Parts: sequence; C-alpha cells; structure tokens
Amino acid sequence: MSILDIIVEILSWVFILSGAGFVLVGAFGILRLPGFWSRLHAASVSESAGVILLVAGMCLQAGPTLITVKLLIIGIFLFITGPTSTHAIANAALVTGLRPVEGKGLVGDEPAPLTADGGDDD
Amino acid sequence: MFLAAILLLFVAMILVLVRLYVGKTLYDRVLAVNAFGTHTVLFIGLLGFLMGRPDFLDIALLYALINFVGTIAILKYFRYRAIGDTHQMPTDQEIGQ
Repeated sequence: MSILDIIVEILSWVFILSGAGFVLVGAFGILRLPGFWSRLHAASVSESAGVILLVAGMCLQAGPTLITVKLLIIGIFLFITGPTSTHAIANAALVTGLRPVEGKGLVGDEPAPLTADGGDDD
Repeated sequence: MFLAAILLLFVAMILVLVRLYVGKTLYDRVLAVNAFGTHTVLFIGLLGFLMGRPDFLDIALLYALINFVGTIAILKYFRYRAIGDTHQMPTDQEIGQ
C-alpha cells in the first residue's frame, strides 16, 4: 500500500465520519429546535453538508469506477432537490398562514398573507 | 468506518421519526418525512458499501427521485386540494353558486 492509498483512505474516513456527524446534528436540530422556521435551518444542515461530505467520502472509497459516477449523480440530485423541497415546504407553510414567533421588541408590520384561501390551523 | 457512519445515520433517522410522530404542525411532519427520505438515501448507499455490493446505489438513486416527487405532490395537495390539473378545478365562486 503506497503512501497515496493511505492518504486517500484517511481522507475518506474523515469525510464519511464528519458527514454522518453533520447528519446527526441536523436530525437533533429537527427534533429539538423550537418552532417550525428554525427547524427548517436544521434540516438544511443534513441536506447540504451531510450529503456533500458523505458522497465525497464514498467517491474516494470507490475509486474511478462506474460507482463514482452513480454517486456523483445522487449527490448532484440531492444537492438540487434538497433546497427545492425546503423552499416548497416553507412556501406552503407561509401561504397557509404560519408565521414565525416574534420577540417582544420586534413588533412591526406583519406581511399580509399571499393568498386569501387560507388554511386550517391545527 | 462504514458501520460507525451507519449507526450515526440510524440514530439520526430515529430522531427524525420522533419529530414526525410529535409533529405540532402539518409542515413539521412534511419536513420530517423529507429529511427521513434524504437520510434513507445515504443509508442505502452506505449499506451497499458495508455489504460489499455498491449496486445498491441504483436503489438509492430511485429512492431520491421518489422522495422528491412525493414531497412536491403532498405539498401541491395541501395547497390546491387536488393533485391533478388545477385549471380544470371549479373555483370557489362556482362551488358557492
């Protein structure tokens, strides 16, 4: 095993373990953060940093084969659709009237709802 | 290495499932389902590497596609109360008449 193989192995270790750590942190944020709008931020952590690091680590582990191409396709797709899904969820929540909780000193003009059809609050 | 990453992902999936059960609002649950799908894609990929069969990546890619389409379909249903063509839907005035 040459020195290059050892370097690639260590890099893939670091990438995969730190990616899994980011995913765990994002999931913990989804569970524990207060309010819907702050949970959106936590979901973005695992969808950007976790996906990039895990896919990069698996690419280093696979070497220059067809597997790397598939991994890159999965990574690019998740990297595009993750923010798109988050934006769609936030847009749907905003349209149906969900608003962030404002602090005591932050009372100001609240933006009007985008549409009048409203939604059922549960 | 793969085993440790899979265990971390497994714990993360359980945490997201707890949020999916607790809920509070409807959109929290949709967010949890979407995050759970992303975690599942990464989980399947890592599982393929752990078992020495990276062909599982095809399944992971398919799961990513279905997850995205499913999330968008659910949100469209919440917004328009219909999954199909919304131009053919009766408007509120027509229903009221």
